[in-house]
Amino acid sequence: MKTLGIIFGNLHDKDIGELTTVRSLASVPFGGRFRLIDFVLSNMVNSGITKVGIITKTNYQSLMDHVGNGKHWDLSRKNGGLIMLPPYGNGDMNLLQSRFGAIKNIRQFIKHSDEEYVVMSDCDNVCNINLAEVIQSHIDKHADITVAARNKELVNKKPRPIFVVSLDGRVTKVTNTDKESGERTVFANILVMNRQFLLNIIENAAELNYNSFRKDILAKNTAKYRIFACMLDGYFANIDSLGNYYKHSLELLNKDIRDELFYRDGANIYTKVRDSAPCKISATATVSNSLIADGCVIEGEVRNSILFRGVHVAEGAKISDSIVFQDSVIGKNSSLHCVIADKLVNILEGRTLSGHETHPYFIAKSAII
Amino acid sequence: MKKKKCIAMLLAGGQGTRLFALTNSVAKPAVSFGAKYRIIDFPLSNCTNSGIDTVGVLTQYQPLILNEYVGNGEPWDLDRSYGGVHTLPPYQAKAGGEWYKGTANAIYQNLHFLDEYDSEHVLILSGDHIYKMDYSKMLAQHISHGADCTIAAIDVPKDEANRFGIMGYGADMRITSFEEKPKSPKSNHASMGVYIFKKDVLVRELITDAADKSSVNDFGKNIIPKMLKAGCGMYAYSFAGYWKDVGTVTSLWEANMDLLGEKPVFDLNDPSFKVYSRNEPLPPSYIGDTGKFINSVMTTGCEIYGTVINSVIGEGVTVKQGAVIENSVVMQGSVIGKDVKMNYGMVDENVVIGDGSVIGDEQSDKMHITLIGRDTVIAVGTKLRSGEIIEKGSVE
Repeated sequence: MKTLGIIFGNLHDKDIGELTTVRSLASVPFGGRFRLIDFVLSNMVNSGITKVGIITKTNYQSLMDHVGNGKHWDLSRKNGGLIMLPPYGNGDMNLLQSRFGAIKNIRQFIKHSDEEYVVMSDCDNVCNINLAEVIQSHIDKHADITVAARNKELVNKKPRPIFVVSLDGRVTKVTNTDKESGERTVFANILVMNRQFLLNIIENAAELNYNSFRKDILAKNTAKYRIFACMLDGYFANIDSLGNYYKHSLELLNKDIRDELFYRDGANIYTKVRDSAPCKISATATVSNSLIADGCVIEGEVRNSILFRGVHVAEGAKISDSIVFQDSVIGKNSSLHCVIADKLVNILEGRTLSGHETHPYFIAKSAII
Repeated sequence: MKKKKCIAMLLAGGQGTRLFALTNSVAKPAVSFGAKYRIIDFPLSNCTNSGIDTVGVLTQYQPLILNEYVGNGEPWDLDRSYGGVHTLPPYQAKAGGEWYKGTANAIYQNLHFLDEYDSEHVLILSGDHIYKMDYSKMLAQHISHGADCTIAAIDVPKDEANRFGIMGYGADMRITSFEEKPKSPKSNHASMGVYIFKKDVLVRELITDAADKSSVNDFGKNIIPKMLKAGCGMYAYSFAGYWKDVGTVTSLWEANMDLLGEKPVFDLNDPSFKVYSRNEPLPPSYIGDTGKFINSVMTTGCEIYGTVINSVIGEGVTVKQGAVIENSVVMQGSVIGKDVKMNYGMVDENVVIGDGSVIGDEQSDKMHITLIGRDTVIAVGTKLRSGEIIEKGSVE
C-alpha cells in the first residue's frame, strides 16, 4: 500500500499567533529539542511512508531550515522523499488559508504521484501513532474517506469537526464542537483517501461546488461517500492555543507521557541534529522535575521546566514552571515563573518575570529584558 | 575529477588491550567518550572542520560496531559522491591476503586507495586520541616548508615523556632527532601520531619499507627514523591545545573528567568547532524530583532519579532513586538500580546494575577504577571492589 504523505505546514498558524509571528506552525519548537512537524513527519516515516509533500504558505524559512532535504527523517531519497510545496503562481493567498484550497493548489503534485493512497495531516498534533493502521482500516472498510478521530471531552469552543459514528465505524453525521458539549468523537486533523478519489474531487470541485473539506465534502456527503472514522488511542495533544501549548509541553514532565510519546514500540521521533555538546550542570545548580536538552549550561535553579538546546542559566537565576527555547540566556539572580521564552531571549541580571499557570507570560524571539 | 589537496588515512584497527573489558568486542576508536561521542568522532570531526573530505578508515580488530557507527559518514558530513569516508579492512588479493601487520603496513596494503585519489598530501591519523585540531593549519605549514613529512608535536610533562615518540627540533621546526619511547628523553616534544606526508614520498617510503624484511612496518619505529636518517625534509608542527591519549582506563576516565567544572580543561561547547557524532532520536534528559545532578554532564534520553556527582552520563542512561554515582563514567543505555552506590566506576554500554549494589570501595581512586564491560547484568546487591574488572559472562 504505497501512500503519499501531505502535511499542511501553515494551517492553524493563528491559533498560537505568539509563536508563529516568526515561523510556521510546523516549525514551532516543542519538547526541548523538537518542532511540531517532527511528530507528524516521524509518524509518517515510521508508518512506511517514503514520500511526503509539505505545503507551506508564509513564514516558512525556519521550516525549510529545519527539514532541509529530509535526511534526518530518512527522507532524502531519489524516489520520493521530502518535497517542499511553497505557494505557486499568482494564486490567491486566501485560498491557501483552507485545507481544500491548499490541496487544490498542489493538484499537479498529487496527479503526478503514483501512490495509491494519500494521508493528509495538519501540524497541530503531538502524538506517536501508527498511520499504517489508519490506512489499513481505510482499505479494509473500502472507504472513500477515512478520518482519524479520538474521543474527547469538549472543553473549549474552538470550532472543530465532530463525528457521529455508527457501530461499524461509518460517519453518519458531521457537526461542530461549538454546538456540542460532553464527550464526543473529535476530528484529529488526519485524513486518508485514495489518491484517485482525491484527484476527482479536486478536478470536479467547481461543478460540485466544493470549497471546504469539512463543510462541503464531509458534512454534506455522509450518505454519498463512504466516510469512516478510525479511532486513535494513546497520548494525543492538540495544540490550539498558547495556553494549551504550555499545558501540553509541561505534560512531558510526566514519565508515562514521555514513554508513550517517545518510545512507542521502538518508533522514535526524529528531529534535526544540531551536534550540541552534552548539557552541563554545575555544582551551584539545582534541577528538579525538568527536561534539559543538549548544549545547556545550568548554574542556577530549574524546577518543573523545559529547557531547549543551548540555554544558559546563570548562577542565582530561578526558573520554575517555564519553557525556554534554544540559545536563550537567563541572567544572574533573575527569576522566571510560568514563562515561555522564545529563541535567543536574553534575560538580564536580576529581572523578575511571571505569568500564571493558565496564562503563561510570553517573551518574543531575541527580546532583551 | 579535480585532484584532492590532502586526504586522510585513519588508523582504527588497534585493539586497545589496556582498556580491557571496554575493547572485548569493539575496536578502541568505537569506545564511548564524553556522554555522546565515540573516540573516532574526534579525528573525523577534525577532518571535517579542517576541510578534509576524504578519509580512509583502516579497520581490523572487532570492526563490526565501528563500521556500523561510521556508516556512510553522514554525521560528519563525509557522505560525498567524490571522496567521503571509506572503511578499508584487510582483504584477500590474487597474491594472497594478510592482516595489517603494523601501522605502515596497513597504509601499504591500501596504496591503491592513495593512487585512486592521487592527492598531493596524505594525513595519517590514529583513532585513539581525544583532541580538537584544525589540520589545515598544519597542512599550510607543511606546504610552506616544502616538507616531505610534518609531524604534529605537543609538549608533555617531562616525567611522562618516556611514553611517547620524542622529537628534537630547533626554531626552524626541522626535526633533528626522533626516538620512540626513549628511556631518557632529550626533550618533552611528543609526537601526536599525526603525520602529513607528500603523497609521492609516502608511497616511495612504504614500498621500500615493505621490502625490508627486518622492519616491523611501523611509522614511529621504522618509517620516521629511516627518513630522518636519509636526510628527508622532516618538520614538526607545534600544537598547543587539549590532546589526550586515551589508551588506558585511567586516561580515558581522566579525559571524561576533563569535561567537568566551571572552566573545563577540555571544552566541547564551541559552536565554531563542533564535534559531530551519530545521534539517537531521543527526547531531552529528565531530572526528577528526587534527582540531584551536580557538576556533571549528560546528553539526551537520560532519566535521573538518583544523585549524580562529578560524573559523565551517556545517552539514554537511567539512574534510579536512591542511587549515588560519584566520580564515574556511565556509557549509553545503562541502567543503575535503586540505592546503588558507585564511586570511581566505569560502566560500559547497556549494563544493568541491580538494586543496592555497591561499586567500588574505600581504596577506589582513578588508578583503581571498577570497570564493567558492555551488556553485563550485575545481580541485585552485588559488591564490586576497587579496580575489579567485570565482563559479560564473568558474573552470574
